[in-house]
Amino acid sequence: MELSLLTVCYLIGSLTFIIGLKMLSHPDSARKGNLVAAVGMAIAIFGTIFLYEEEGKKLGNYSWIFGGLILGTIVGVLAAKKVKMTAMPEMVSLFNGMGGACAALISVNEFGHISEMLNFSVENIPGWHTTIMPPSMAGTLITIFLGLIIGAVSFAGSMIAWGKLNGKIKDFAFPGQQIFNLVLLAATLITAGYLVFNLHAGNTYLFYVIAAAALIYGVLFVLPIGGADMPVVISLLNSFTGVAAACGGFLYDNQVMLTGGILVGAAGTLLTILMCKAMNRSLTNVLIGSFGGSASGAGAAKGPQGNYKEISLSDAAVCMCYANKVIIVPGYGLAVAQAQHVCHELEKLLEEKGVNVSYAIHPVAGRMPGHMNVLLAEADVSYDKLQEMEQANDEFKTTDVVLILGANDVVNPAAKTDPASPIYGMPILEVEQAKTVIVNKRSMKPGYAGIENELFFQPKTSMLFGDAKAALQKLVAEIKSL
Amino acid sequence: METILNWIQSHIDIIYIVILSVFLGIEVIGRVPSVLHTPLMSGANAIHGVVIIGAIIVMGKVEPGNYVALIIGFLAVVLGTLNVVGGFVVTDRMLEMFKKKK
Repeated sequence: MELSLLTVCYLIGSLTFIIGLKMLSHPDSARKGNLVAAVGMAIAIFGTIFLYEEEGKKLGNYSWIFGGLILGTIVGVLAAKKVKMTAMPEMVSLFNGMGGACAALISVNEFGHISEMLNFSVENIPGWHTTIMPPSMAGTLITIFLGLIIGAVSFAGSMIAWGKLNGKIKDFAFPGQQIFNLVLLAATLITAGYLVFNLHAGNTYLFYVIAAAALIYGVLFVLPIGGADMPVVISLLNSFTGVAAACGGFLYDNQVMLTGGILVGAAGTLLTILMCKAMNRSLTNVLIGSFGGSASGAGAAKGPQGNYKEISLSDAAVCMCYANKVIIVPGYGLAVAQAQHVCHELEKLLEEKGVNVSYAIHPVAGRMPGHMNVLLAEADVSYDKLQEMEQANDEFKTTDVVLILGANDVVNPAAKTDPASPIYGMPILEVEQAKTVIVNKRSMKPGYAGIENELFFQPKTSMLFGDAKAALQKLVAEIKSL
Repeated sequence: METILNWIQSHIDIIYIVILSVFLGIEVIGRVPSVLHTPLMSGANAIHGVVIIGAIIVMGKVEPGNYVALIIGFLAVVLGTLNVVGGFVVTDRMLEMFKKKK
């Protein structure tokens, strides 16, 4: 009876995941969708703790389980509540890594049981030391190895992505790294495949070699990929962890883990592809990282090294005040400077003066798709002020002033005009169609793609250097005094 | 060959679940507006925290004296909980802001 009740719990869990994901895809129902999935998760978790039975035995070690749950909950809630909106992508990456590590650790423990069993046989049954695992165990071993490898890669990769996003880890690549990675991955998989059919007490240590190799692979896999591509990588690692969770589902014949894991695996893969599409690049292009190495060097070298002109705060203020239509283009610079609130203030101030203000949001502006929407929403910017790329591109022709706040690659005209540019073909915000362009940046340094932006050298463009928040505050004060 | 067929035969329900879930996963988020990409990724991130159930099962089966396994299992439970709880709370925080300005 109890076991069938657990089945119902899992059924509810699976259903809520599907409904939750569906609701998460619509702005009106998104928040409820998240709650629905969370409730389903809670039902599945507590159902497992109290109702799970194996061969008539209930689970033990309640103190350990609850200790872990409580500790994880406290740390998780604190971390999630404390994190700044700008650091959201890092946080997601970090949590994703935790899930991957969890999947890998499950495999480690399950393998521990198997190797104990083998050792036991060696000690107690004469002649067993050469005996390998029976073929019927192959399925179990495959899922254990897959869970380990995918989980470890996801964990190591997410940690690197996390470090890159908060600036602690720099891009790193050595010659032949791609080939080395492929060889490492192939060697790992071949070793795992060999062990599946030839595991015996003498070679169980290879399991830990595989674990180490998977961790190294995860690190090397993400290291050379440029910071601008981290959202894609995180999304991909997210779907990896989903698959690793599904491996656990295979292992325990557990439907809720299976559906949850595979759902996320599939949805995450689609989301990854959608993100790549927004940048007009293929996934392989992102992963092999033509951005990082020689291509960007060449692009930077032959970029236009012309003159740029600066604009003073008061000129910028006048310029915007007497415009009919101003479009603000936010980018990562806005996010790091936490300038969304003062940006909203500027918008309100200009609106009071009769200026028509809106925001043009590039799908990959910031460090994650939708990053800018989240930020501006935090500052209470009205939803209908945000324009998507196609819409904004129609508007630029009739716009007097475009104010670019810490965005670079998403407004680089080289994406349209220079076939040699590494970002050639990426859809951009065509700000150069507006009458005047004011660019706020901290310095002339290139953006994340590491390439020059000829927009900054065009006659209609002027630069307003400084941290986005400080510059906007001064701008607001300046406009008030007009 | 026969072992493969046997394997498929004995896991046919799981194979069905996998195939259907793949299509469902793709279908269900197919028309998501780019505004919601970040919260959706975060929400999906929380959902794959379902791996915690595996961690609980592992933990519950460990014999009380086996400290290595206990510690590894405990770590797995903590990390899994972090993934689930942190994931849902972060997603909720993001979406809370979307709602307010309506």
